[in-house]
Amino acid sequence: MDLGAISPTLLIASLMVAATPILLAALGEMMVEKAGVLNLGVEGMMIMGAVAGFIAAVEGGSPWLGFFTAAMAGAGMALLFGFLTQVLLSNQVATGLALTLFGLGLSALLGQGYVGIKAESLGRVDLGWLSDLPFFGRVVFGHDPIVYLSLVLVAAVWAFLRFSRAGLILRAVGESHDAAHALGYNVLRVRMMAIAFGGACAGLGGAYLSLVRVPQWTEGMTAGAGWIALAIVVFASWRAGRVLIGAYLFGGITVLQLNLQTAGARIPVELLSAAPYLVTILVLVLISSRAGRGGDAPADLGKPFHASA
Amino acid sequence: MIRLERRPTSSKAWGAASPLLAVALTMVAGGLMFAALGKDPFLAIRTIFWDPIFGEFAWYFRGQLLVKAAPLILIAVGLALGFRAGIWNIGAEGQYIIGAICGAAAGLVFYPAETRLIFPMMVVFGALGGFLWAMIPALLKVRFGTNEILVSLMLVYVAENILASAAVSWLRNPDAVGFPGSRNLSQWPAAANLELIEGTGAHWGVMAAVVAVIFAQVMLTRHLIGFQIRLTGAAPRAARFAGVRPARLVVLCLGVAGALAGMAGLFEVAGPAGQISIDFASGYGFTAIIVAFLGRLNPLGIVAAGLLMALTYVGGDNAAGNLGIPGAAISAFQGMLLFFLLAVDVLTNFRVRIGARKVAPFSGGPG
Repeated sequence: MDLGAISPTLLIASLMVAATPILLAALGEMMVEKAGVLNLGVEGMMIMGAVAGFIAAVEGGSPWLGFFTAAMAGAGMALLFGFLTQVLLSNQVATGLALTLFGLGLSALLGQGYVGIKAESLGRVDLGWLSDLPFFGRVVFGHDPIVYLSLVLVAAVWAFLRFSRAGLILRAVGESHDAAHALGYNVLRVRMMAIAFGGACAGLGGAYLSLVRVPQWTEGMTAGAGWIALAIVVFASWRAGRVLIGAYLFGGITVLQLNLQTAGARIPVELLSAAPYLVTILVLVLISSRAGRGGDAPADLGKPFHASA
Repeated sequence: MIRLERRPTSSKAWGAASPLLAVALTMVAGGLMFAALGKDPFLAIRTIFWDPIFGEFAWYFRGQLLVKAAPLILIAVGLALGFRAGIWNIGAEGQYIIGAICGAAAGLVFYPAETRLIFPMMVVFGALGGFLWAMIPALLKVRFGTNEILVSLMLVYVAENILASAAVSWLRNPDAVGFPGSRNLSQWPAAANLELIEGTGAHWGVMAAVVAVIFAQVMLTRHLIGFQIRLTGAAPRAARFAGVRPARLVVLCLGVAGALAGMAGLFEVAGPAGQISIDFASGYGFTAIIVAFLGRLNPLGIVAAGLLMALTYVGGDNAAGNLGIPGAAISAFQGMLLFFLLAVDVLTNFRVRIGARKVAPFSGGPG
């Protein structure tokens, strides 16, 4: 095995690329959960974003059109979930699962004619001499626009929840929908907007997989990334900054195991492929044993709200 | 103005009618989907739902029906116990895979012995494998309060990797040069899960499913554990006051579901699938979630739901062969079914009222 073949610069740079889909999806889901809604359909929204973005990018010839379409597709799927859980008051866990199962099936159907072809990818942002710096040039200034967008989004979500009035209302709705309702806030509207935002983020994350990371469309290509995003929200104790840390940590594990596979480590390939999932379980256990039951979760997470009471 | 008014108690009539309504709505929406694919929607629906039972080649498809329904029912019955108590095991696919691997490995140790004791032993090991795999999320939940949804799901991906390694290395058929996959169990009489009644597709898995359904039905309606499961699902706080120990229920529900899913995997690998191969996992564990809900988490309902879902598989194959409808359309169709089901379920708990809200008449008060 040749560990020297693994370059730390490239490792960190590719870690950021590997983490971006999960980061986007987890950030969106965190916003949804902050509003008191548990949407387990992240995987379904991601894969729909992946396929819709890929198709739009191929047909329209522009990756930007792809990302826009992916965000819309994700938001559309999310609103379907929102209509069922918020208006028809269906069970959130079951509906989220339905969203995932439906998304996996529908995406496979839509993507049939698009297997094995390439879409135009995003170029790196050229920052002139900054991109030519050793190490920092590649790690900090050598990425595509979506990586930067995801980082801006982390800061924006953090600031929104912490400093804005709308963020305060959203958190109030998540902590106690009855109190928020009594104060005259429209619980349904706040939650629907949060759900749509979460879907759009998941869609973007999916499109990043099919347009930049892989970049190709294959059936079921998200391979649990949406579920890992859900785990990261728990890991992050519902805080934007920690979502970033969590996503980059998992990105790092993914990239490292891929690098170990190509470097020919004397570890079974299957064990390496399973590593991100095993680490997710381990982290969940550590977090839950420390935080105790409930922990930092929004108090009304996953509870249905009906204005009849 | 349309609004919803909560019913004092959920409606029994709608409880029974909503799955039927959901199936009808799914057929309409599915027809639209097939039309969008450029196929005749009526022909497609007939090819999927009618021809396998009453058509020209029904003798072939009817046998397939039980083969597909057995694992779905077996897994869904176990899942439904947990779902009723608010314990969300969604990793049945992983338990199914591990059950199949454990059972097959236990049998292959004795290859090529010829004693009929081998098959029952494989069933036990299959159930044990699924049970132990389900104990991981159960014990983590009980000990650390870890979310069982995420853990059980993550374990599906781990199980898929174990399956891949079993198929290419440690369970690979030593006599097959260059091909991945284990020895063919269905061609080894001591381990084969045989068809018990010629032409019906009824293998041992079907028998196990029947037993599991009866057992679960009796347990839910007649046994204290069943009462505790239902009580925990309906009112967790009340259940705690009534002396229900949540940890015991978590272990029980996940354990039973895991054992049943593991058995389903073993029956599949020793019968219809025949061997451990890389593409052995076929998504039964996930489809069973839909079956459990479609059967309203009721063992008898699950039988009907499992048969219907098996029909979409069998009919879907038929439609793929005859009409060129892609297999993925069937998964989308199944997902849609769960959506409609959850949507129409609103009618069991709420009344739909049209018109403005009436202000309650003033009654009582001083004077």
